[in-house]
Amino acid sequence: MKKFVNNIDHMLVESLTGFATAHGDLVEVQFDPTFVSRKQKSQQKVAIISGGGSGHEPLHAGYVGKGMLDAACPGQVFTSPTPDQMLAAAEAVHADKGVLFIVKNYAGDVMNFEMAAEMLPFEHATVLTSDDCAVVNSTYTTGRRGVAGTVIVEKCVGSLAETGADLASCKALGDKINLLTSSIGVALTSCTVPAAGRPTFDISDSEIEMGVGIHGEPGRRREAMRTADVIVADMVNAIVHDFEAKQLPTQGDILLLVNGLGATPLMELYLIYNTAAKLLTEKGFSIARSLVGNYITAIDMAGASLTVCLLDNDIKQHWDSPVHTAGLRWGC
Amino acid sequence: MNSSAINHYAAAIRDAILAHEADIECLDREIGDGDHYINMKRGCEAITGLADELSTLSSADALNKIGMKLLSTIGGASGPLFASFFMSMSKTLKTSDTMTTLQIALAFEAGVQAIMQRGKAQAGEKTMLDVLIPVATAFKQLAEQGQSSKDISAALKTIASDGLESTRNMLATKGRASGLGERAIGHLDAGAKSCQVMIDTICDLVLSKQ
Repeated sequence: MKKFVNNIDHMLVESLTGFATAHGDLVEVQFDPTFVSRKQKSQQKVAIISGGGSGHEPLHAGYVGKGMLDAACPGQVFTSPTPDQMLAAAEAVHADKGVLFIVKNYAGDVMNFEMAAEMLPFEHATVLTSDDCAVVNSTYTTGRRGVAGTVIVEKCVGSLAETGADLASCKALGDKINLLTSSIGVALTSCTVPAAGRPTFDISDSEIEMGVGIHGEPGRRREAMRTADVIVADMVNAIVHDFEAKQLPTQGDILLLVNGLGATPLMELYLIYNTAAKLLTEKGFSIARSLVGNYITAIDMAGASLTVCLLDNDIKQHWDSPVHTAGLRWGC
Repeated sequence: MNSSAINHYAAAIRDAILAHEADIECLDREIGDGDHYINMKRGCEAITGLADELSTLSSADALNKIGMKLLSTIGGASGPLFASFFMSMSKTLKTSDTMTTLQIALAFEAGVQAIMQRGKAQAGEKTMLDVLIPVATAFKQLAEQGQSSKDISAALKTIASDGLESTRNMLATKGRASGLGERAIGHLDAGAKSCQVMIDTICDLVLSKQ
């Protein structure tokens, strides 16, 4: 393993300290319990709090700021944060209109946020994101994983909260976007958890992992490496099938998000976008909004995910509204 | 079981988990996400670091303290699950003045039920519960029959390793491995492995007592 490290045990603190210093105009960080919050505490709005394991930067701390999150709780690498972090963050940022947790659907995250919610002395609700269509939902599994669709949920719910909307409306918008969004990822290489020091899974130069999760969890299939067009076509088909399974329309305005998993250059991400946009347009969708870049990563994995979100006027308006965070900024 | 025994067990468990680093990491890399060992190690070290404080507490209070500490230290799924186990065990022990083997067995059973409730999981889902549930059932049964703690420990060692082995051919329906479908078959579950190691360690300590 070759990484920029001083001491593995101090990595997270050093990185968060750097983050908070670099974006000192937007955020501040507290340690023990650890959370990142807006520099300017908001008044009279629902407090939007997210969190999850580290290693997915810029998610979630990179989305703390005007128009998005009020606070984020970073856990250890790929490990859910703990309830004391969520309680401290809620205590620091709540503004008498309740607290909304945005949680990616993983057993650990769900349980830790659930225990925090049980102890929370404020009105609260939770939006669970589960946009990954690689994992088939059934009553027997933990369910679909929350992946890049989470960024869209955080952006739009954050926007709605800024208008002074109540807790129930914020939750309803988050749940709606989650339903209207499907994602699928593909890995060309594994990632390496710094403290583990070696790749999470073995994969040869001639193979890809279709349906990979953002923690390097294997997907459904190990496949042969092929041209980008063929790989992207499979991903687009998986998303379209998922829309059909969810009985969503397979036409209309969409937001297309091509997300890098950490070690795939933008040049390749735009190449993927080019193919995906063409195929989705052929299928009858109209690409009304686009986002291409590294927005939810898996440390140093080479790979990418595609996310399609069906847009209505409501979602469009909240996607377009001003946002100023370390990871997303427009309109202000 | 007083709090000095708890400290003794905690130190032995930490040593055993550290000694099994390679096995546990390897299992988690195969069908998990590679963080289980690191989380277990962090939890074990947090508890051994509490030794001085724990030694001033009653057993029930010490177990509750351990639960709270794990909840704020481990994270992931293991944090709330182990925390629920110890906090529930503590609550059960608090209801009685004396501490018999049967009471410990009942507290253990309550702890395992708390894990099932928190994780919304049952036996047969390729998790730590495939070790913990059979151990809890046998522990209570053997204690009710009045068997000695050494006989019980010897029996539980076997039951724990059988439980671990049973996860090999299961489909994972809970946890990170649940996305794998049939690809999880043939691999032992890492969480079940950690639990087997911990139970084995405590049983060995009981067996080696003079």
